[in-house]
Amino acid sequence: MRYAMAVDTLKCVGCSDCVVACQTENNVPIGYCRDWVVEVTDGKYPQLELEIRSERCNHCANSPCVRCCPTGASHNEEGGIVLVKASECIGCGACIASCPYDARYLHPDGYVDKCTFCIHRIRNGMKPACVEVCPTKCLYFGDLDDLNSDVSIVLKKRKYKTLIPEAGTSPQLYFLI
Amino acid sequence: MNEMIDPNLNIWHWQIPLYLFLGGMAAGILCIAATYYIRGREKDYSTAVRITPFLTPFLLVFGLIALFIDLRHKLYFWQLYTNIKLQSPMSWGAWTLMVITPVSFIWCALHIRDIFPGWDWKFGWIKALEAFFNRYKKTLAWVMLIYGLILGIYTGILLSAFNARPLWNTSILGPLFLASGLSAGAAATLILSRNKAERMQFARIDLVMIGIEIFLIIHMFMGYLASTQVQIEAARMFLGGNYTVSFWIFVVILGLLVPGLLELLELKKFHVPGIVPAILVIFGSLMLRFIIVYAGQMSRWLY
Repeated sequence: MRYAMAVDTLKCVGCSDCVVACQTENNVPIGYCRDWVVEVTDGKYPQLELEIRSERCNHCANSPCVRCCPTGASHNEEGGIVLVKASECIGCGACIASCPYDARYLHPDGYVDKCTFCIHRIRNGMKPACVEVCPTKCLYFGDLDDLNSDVSIVLKKRKYKTLIPEAGTSPQLYFLI
Repeated sequence: MNEMIDPNLNIWHWQIPLYLFLGGMAAGILCIAATYYIRGREKDYSTAVRITPFLTPFLLVFGLIALFIDLRHKLYFWQLYTNIKLQSPMSWGAWTLMVITPVSFIWCALHIRDIFPGWDWKFGWIKALEAFFNRYKKTLAWVMLIYGLILGIYTGILLSAFNARPLWNTSILGPLFLASGLSAGAAATLILSRNKAERMQFARIDLVMIGIEIFLIIHMFMGYLASTQVQIEAARMFLGGNYTVSFWIFVVILGLLVPGLLELLELKKFHVPGIVPAILVIFGSLMLRFIIVYAGQMSRWLY
């Protein structure tokens, strides 16, 4: 099993509904977020190109945060989901420094927090909150090993990229282009 | 890049570079003391073997306090000692400190009569322990040397293991921090020693270490500039960017070139107050840690 998410950059309008849904679902403290929207403008006026990406933890297959964690609080769950166990986290910040995507933050309670792919929902057969709520249906989630999952189907049909694959992390967040 | 949280990574503050400095200097002092003890030069370099190590328990304990202040989930710190993570430099560091801190206390206890000649341990079992460690002092010195080297190198590897921060991601940081720690350790003996021959020897050691550091810094920048765009951008922080003045003035000129020149003059029999280059070396060693830790957090992948 290998959980992954695909983000359709052509359909995303940058409404940030995914951000709010995540904050609500996961009780994220005010001022923090586990997912966020990036807008990149390329080119020279008037030939401009806009890419909007809903970003979050890439749940890397080769995750530097899991490697550098001195206590094992950062670990891989089923399907490669990268999680932090608050009761083992000492708040040293090594994993935050190790993430090239800056996907982690220090929770005001002292431990490190991040996107969980809504593992509590997946285990109950639901989709992650951000995927569920997206009004343009630009987020796809599923198991890459299951050829009939939403994410497998869309990745077969469409061109995609990952963010800085040269960082060597094997990111599992795919951006449809 | 999650700019909704922080425009730049801002996770480590003064505690980490201060600890890297204190740990590096303690490692330098202990390595030098252990080396001269093992080589049987205890009489020639008695300050370095017997007196300077008395600084290390303080350096290590202050370093540990700084590390503890840095932890944001403090009550769970013991989790460090219920796990051994071979891939995590921080885990290596935690276990190394667990060995080297008690060893530094024991080494001082064995030499306490050099500072307080009339010292009496009072309790029989402490005297028995002292006799035990005295019998295995050479083994203790080897443990001190090996763990001192690990401590000195790991302070650099801790940073260079972070692929996400291009400035840190160079294997030169390990040897650079080790050389800088050894040089700060030699400077401590230079300040404390009253023996002319010993002072000359430690001025020589310091000079060699300064040479090695300059060599490593040049190589570090050659490496950055010949590497990918992310590392070129990282090097630019020191070549015209925000950290240019602080790095070249505080670390390279005041921390390496000026003390190097003064020590050279001292070895050429000019009269130089030995404390000046020693303090500059220690200052440069501290600034190196601060600048590398802060600048590293500003460097990032470009996407």
